[in-house]
Amino acid sequence: MSMTTTPAVDLRGLTKSFGAVTAVRGLDLRIEQGEVVAFLGPNGAGKTSTLDMLLGLSKPTAGTVEVFGRSPFEAIAGGRVAAVMQSGGLLRDLTVAETVEMTASFFGYSRPVREVLHRAGIADIAGRRVGRCSGGQQQRLRFAMALLPDPDLMVLDEPTTGMDVEGRRDFWTAIRADAQAGRTILFATHYLEEADVYADRIVLIRHGEVVADGTAAEIKALSAGRMVRATLPGADEVRLAALPGVDSVEVRGDRVVLHTGDSDDVARYLLTRTPARDVEITSRNLEEAFLALTTSGGTR
Amino acid sequence: MSTTTAAPRPSHRPALGGLTWTFLSLEIRRVLRNRRTLVFILLMPPVFFVLFGLPQRGQTFGNGSPVTGYVMISLAVYGAMVATTSAGAMVGVERVQGWSRQLRLTPLRPAAYVAAKVITAMVLGLLAVAVEFTVGAVFGVRMPVNVWLIAGLAAWLGSLVFAAFGLFMGYLAPAENVLQVLGPILAILAMFGGLFVPLEILPHTLQMIAKFTPVYGVGQIARSPLTGGGFNTVAAANIAAWTAAFGFGAARLFRRDTARN
Repeated sequence: MSMTTTPAVDLRGLTKSFGAVTAVRGLDLRIEQGEVVAFLGPNGAGKTSTLDMLLGLSKPTAGTVEVFGRSPFEAIAGGRVAAVMQSGGLLRDLTVAETVEMTASFFGYSRPVREVLHRAGIADIAGRRVGRCSGGQQQRLRFAMALLPDPDLMVLDEPTTGMDVEGRRDFWTAIRADAQAGRTILFATHYLEEADVYADRIVLIRHGEVVADGTAAEIKALSAGRMVRATLPGADEVRLAALPGVDSVEVRGDRVVLHTGDSDDVARYLLTRTPARDVEITSRNLEEAFLALTTSGGTR
Repeated sequence: MSTTTAAPRPSHRPALGGLTWTFLSLEIRRVLRNRRTLVFILLMPPVFFVLFGLPQRGQTFGNGSPVTGYVMISLAVYGAMVATTSAGAMVGVERVQGWSRQLRLTPLRPAAYVAAKVITAMVLGLLAVAVEFTVGAVFGVRMPVNVWLIAGLAAWLGSLVFAAFGLFMGYLAPAENVLQVLGPILAILAMFGGLFVPLEILPHTLQMIAKFTPVYGVGQIARSPLTGGGFNTVAAANIAAWTAAFGFGAARLFRRDTARN
């Protein structure tokens, strides 16, 4: 038997269409056990559609989903994956503790109710009706419910939507504390900062496709520095890529786009050693990089 | 690094697909917490009895049975049908609130969920019958024990038709306000079932139509021990047909709902 690790999540060629609209197009994603991954993209990028298929809540139009090498249904029935959904999903006429108690009864094995209430930081409001809880408290309740089966993978869909700054920080403190126990975490967000601070790895998604995938540092490097664009017919791509400070070179017909940490050197080289013209230099910050990567018309 | 060999984990699959005492007792607690439900199911029918039944105290039918008994049984059927319909229709409310979706993230089997809804509906229906009969007894309704028993059982078990009806409506038109829509429908059905006024005083055409409406069968059979009508084939056929229709409809919509799309 080989000692290969079963990935926590393995999505291959995942596609979801709603009539004429394609929400997810051929998405591939592999998440190893123990990773904390942010699924980052603007609203409508296909994050929720992807997570729904990952959790077996909807069926892919094409492609496959495996969670710990099994179907989502088996993974959920086996208590290996749990999720905190964005909104809804709670009964207003139950108390916080009753909600957790009822959910616990659906599992053959679960952590004690008091323990998950405590870990989610809502032990003090156990007797409160769900309908009287704030958005942040309801979100912690969803988190408590997700802790019940002691899952190996926790999926969170935009978990801090509607929370204030303090609520958001408290929520993530609880999640991070939990991740240290080795749980794999995949969370969707459209807050760049949230992904940056809390994830080990960021998967950028746009129009249902992965447009960038790396550590927070890598994504930052991708977005730091400057872009140098020029018109240069017959550009020597290898030569340009070898210039000091150049991270990437793209050739589109007669136009070249260089991504570099040293735009002065690149511009000097282009203007003095090549017939390049129309040289443009632009800088971009993290936010702009995110926008460029995740909105239509941006570079890939 | 973990390996493909999973550590032995305790079983996460619940017994009976998740139909546990904890689940049932919390569900029942929930319906009893709903003030509107309690008003319509446990308060209104007894008030109707006091308003419309009591003035006829002392009057009897040809066979000597009390008219108040007739009114009480009719209102018990009414209370039970409102109870089971509203409890069944909760599936629609829970779909709108996203609870059904949340349940799909647990090992709870959809069939266990529906079973819990039906059982909860029947518990509430039994409560409605018991309350109405208690109020009747307190206000002087006197009938032979077997009449109390058979009428009570018929009113209660017959309300299963409406548990199916509630489920059907819940899956058909999921909405927060499904009960507001169902209220008037139930009142009209109860009218045709002869629960508010005896069918005999309705015009002949309406009496004929009434025989094909879903409350008719339950009402007739529940009152038969009192009126001494004996076994009513038309009423039995009515119950069987409507239970089959609503049950089949609910099952179809349930399957459509649980199919992952």
